[in-house]
Amino acid sequence: MADIKFKLNGKQVQLEVDGDRRLLWVLRTDLGLTGTKYGCGESFCGSCTVLIDNEDVRSCQTSMKDVQGKEVMTIEGLEKNGKLHPLQSAFVEHDALQCGYCTPGMILTAYSFLKKNPKPSHSDIIKEMDDNLCRCGAHQRIISAIESASKKMEGGL
Amino acid sequence: MNEELLDLDFKDNQSETLIDRREFIKIAGTGIYILFTLWDTSVFAQERQRRGQNLPADFNAFLKIGEDGKVTCFTGKIEMGQGIITSLAQELADELDVKFENVKMVMGDTDLCPWDMGTFGSMSTRFFGPALRAAGAEGRRVLIELASQQLKVPMKYLSTENGIVFDTRNRKNKISYAMLAKGKKIERHLKEKPEVKKPSEFKIIGKPENRRDAYEKVTGKAKYTGDIQLPGMLYAKILRSPVHGAKLVDVDLSEAKKVDGIQVIHEGDFIALLHKYPDVAEIALSKVKAKFDKPKTGINDKNIFDHLLKSASNGEVVAKAGDLKKGEGEAENIFEETYLDGYKAHSPMEPHTAVAKIEGDKVTVWASTQTPFPAKDEVAKELSIPSKNVRIIPPFLGGGFGGKSRNNQIIEAVRLAKLTGKPVQVAWTREEEFYNDSFRPAAIVKIKSGINGKGKITLWDYHVYYAGERGAPVFYDIPNNSTTVYGSGWGGNAHPFATGAWRAPGNNTNTFARESQIDIMAAKAKIDPLEFRLRNLNDKKMINVLKAAAEKFGWKPAAAPSGRGFGIACGTDAGTTVAAIAEVKVNKQTGDVQVKRVVCAQDMGLAVNPEGATIQMEGCITMGLGYALKEDIHFRDGEILDLNFDTYEIPRFSWLPKIETIIIDNKNAPPQGGGEPAIILMGAVVANAIFDATGARLFQLPMNPERVKQALNKN
Repeated sequence: MADIKFKLNGKQVQLEVDGDRRLLWVLRTDLGLTGTKYGCGESFCGSCTVLIDNEDVRSCQTSMKDVQGKEVMTIEGLEKNGKLHPLQSAFVEHDALQCGYCTPGMILTAYSFLKKNPKPSHSDIIKEMDDNLCRCGAHQRIISAIESASKKMEGGL
Repeated sequence: MNEELLDLDFKDNQSETLIDRREFIKIAGTGIYILFTLWDTSVFAQERQRRGQNLPADFNAFLKIGEDGKVTCFTGKIEMGQGIITSLAQELADELDVKFENVKMVMGDTDLCPWDMGTFGSMSTRFFGPALRAAGAEGRRVLIELASQQLKVPMKYLSTENGIVFDTRNRKNKISYAMLAKGKKIERHLKEKPEVKKPSEFKIIGKPENRRDAYEKVTGKAKYTGDIQLPGMLYAKILRSPVHGAKLVDVDLSEAKKVDGIQVIHEGDFIALLHKYPDVAEIALSKVKAKFDKPKTGINDKNIFDHLLKSASNGEVVAKAGDLKKGEGEAENIFEETYLDGYKAHSPMEPHTAVAKIEGDKVTVWASTQTPFPAKDEVAKELSIPSKNVRIIPPFLGGGFGGKSRNNQIIEAVRLAKLTGKPVQVAWTREEEFYNDSFRPAAIVKIKSGINGKGKITLWDYHVYYAGERGAPVFYDIPNNSTTVYGSGWGGNAHPFATGAWRAPGNNTNTFARESQIDIMAAKAKIDPLEFRLRNLNDKKMINVLKAAAEKFGWKPAAAPSGRGFGIACGTDAGTTVAAIAEVKVNKQTGDVQVKRVVCAQDMGLAVNPEGATIQMEGCITMGLGYALKEDIHFRDGEILDLNFDTYEIPRFSWLPKIETIIIDNKNAPPQGGGEPAIILMGAVVANAIFDATGARLFQLPMNPERVKQALNKN
């Protein structure tokens, strides 16, 4: 057991957990944040993507001990004071989802790369999103949503 | 979706097969209730026959107009991404004259919603939608009747708008639906089909409406089955045999039992490890030492087609016209080809999941299922309890595509809940999802066809093995034709593992074969493939969608192979007529195919939500790229070799063509299916485009780089 302290969606969290447990399951079960989804367990699909210090990571492969002292953001932390993040609004406006299961991972992956590349080209978006899988086939709309959000955000997040 | 209703106590419901409506209404409070059934009862009759049991001749859904003026629609259908949570609400809102936002959908909960056989086959909009609209129209009439009494105005002077009944002579004389429903418990059974709105009167139907579940889904608030967590709940991991048909011969659980807090269930071959954390249960499972006796069947993904042909049942002629001998005599060129299609996985992003809770004699199961009502019966049978004691609640589904019509995970969860006495969640891993899938069956199509010197098809002799009838009978104008079907589109004992319905079952295989064969004949006749199709078609809708797609694409006639990489294909599915044109680029060195552009036109009758229908077309085209280019289940002696997305490749952003869609304006015709039709074209449209680009013909799906290179070499 380890004493793990980290920031989760802006709030300080302290947990007594086995440091080898994966962040995905601790988020979902111990912390009740079920917006982060299990998709493949091997980091192939991106459904479990969260942000650690603004970098997108696959929480199914992230050990709790690696979260020590870090800042974690999940999909639940993106909406601020009842206001959707521009990426979330763009996904809604563009109907950039169907079953919605991959959506949190898609949005957080886009969030992370827009921070580094605020004005991505169409091919930049495809390249950055390529390891996130969607089975329903919402891809075209996800690209449009990210393009539109990046314009609205004008470099700010 | 229906959280505030979860706490209602349904134990006083004494009905044997389903909830008693009066009991329900007693519990669910005041309001006006309209009960209705599907008009197309043939679907029920068929299902009754198939299942060999009596199904309730009951009302298939109902709606409630509440004291707050809000409308609730209770339907046994479920939402898995296909978008009926939006389009059904549109239909109801329009007919009832209430705001779209004021219609709430309660879906699939077997205690709240009337019986439904399941959400599949593109049937919600085709068969359920018209009944729902009729109920809306009836509800509106009831409201006008009530208003007439209250306002003391003859009904003929009354009209409705935005949840209000008003006197058309004096609009200030009005009363809201909320007021009319206040303190009342009115129940109306819909027996005659009331008059629904004409397309010219639509305010909400036929207008693009955004998905109404998007907010929940972009914030992580949408609940899927795995997100249901109950006090004291255990997560279960189940020991699987590594190979289908294997027998457990020895097992050592001693190391697994040492895991802190683990509960072990061992009942014959059924071994499960349960823990309050799913990841710890997984670790415990990895400590189980098991020995299996693995069968050697010698069957693999290479020789499966020979095995299937050898095992094939007698064929059944499902369509026939003219005389095949005569057709052969009239032909100048005869073509005999065989088409192959391998097994495909459903791979929804959410694997099968269930949460089961047993309290006294009542069982409640949350589950990712396309068939909650059949699941209810399956649970009752498993636990030997009356069906009325079982409640299935499907939260949002993370995709289904036909694969979630099977409910094995539900049975596992209830079994474990009973054995442990605690609520249990069974959430399959990705590996289990692949291993336990009911794959789209491998199939073979053999076609013998012929054309005369004028480019008219004179002969069509079509034999399909294991893909079934859907999409098999030919719609081209061919005087001498025959379609023979061997085995159904799923199931059957010849397959080495379970098979089942996969988005537009059978039709993907059938359309790949038919439209490839058509192209082969067009190329031989040196006729432009569009022109060749038009020359052999009488079907006005088909001609129309082909022309619409060609116009948008900017099709210029040329016989294939033209080197341009343009392919064309058309077909019908779920009552919808659809055509597509694709442009591909083939890398002749690597065999890699990039689809650059797809234009798709479809006639689906009335498009209830054109936005939703467009999304479904895009989804079909994108998902269809997978089975066309890469998706194939590899196996050996019952061992599934593709167990995750590293080797089983599904479409990615980088595969994406530019997609353009056209929905033919045909709002006076009844609505048809939308979730499946466009996907049927993707094999053929890509195969034909590869041929046009290179002159190489592919006869087997998927058209992966290896097969493309082989075809190029043969050429």
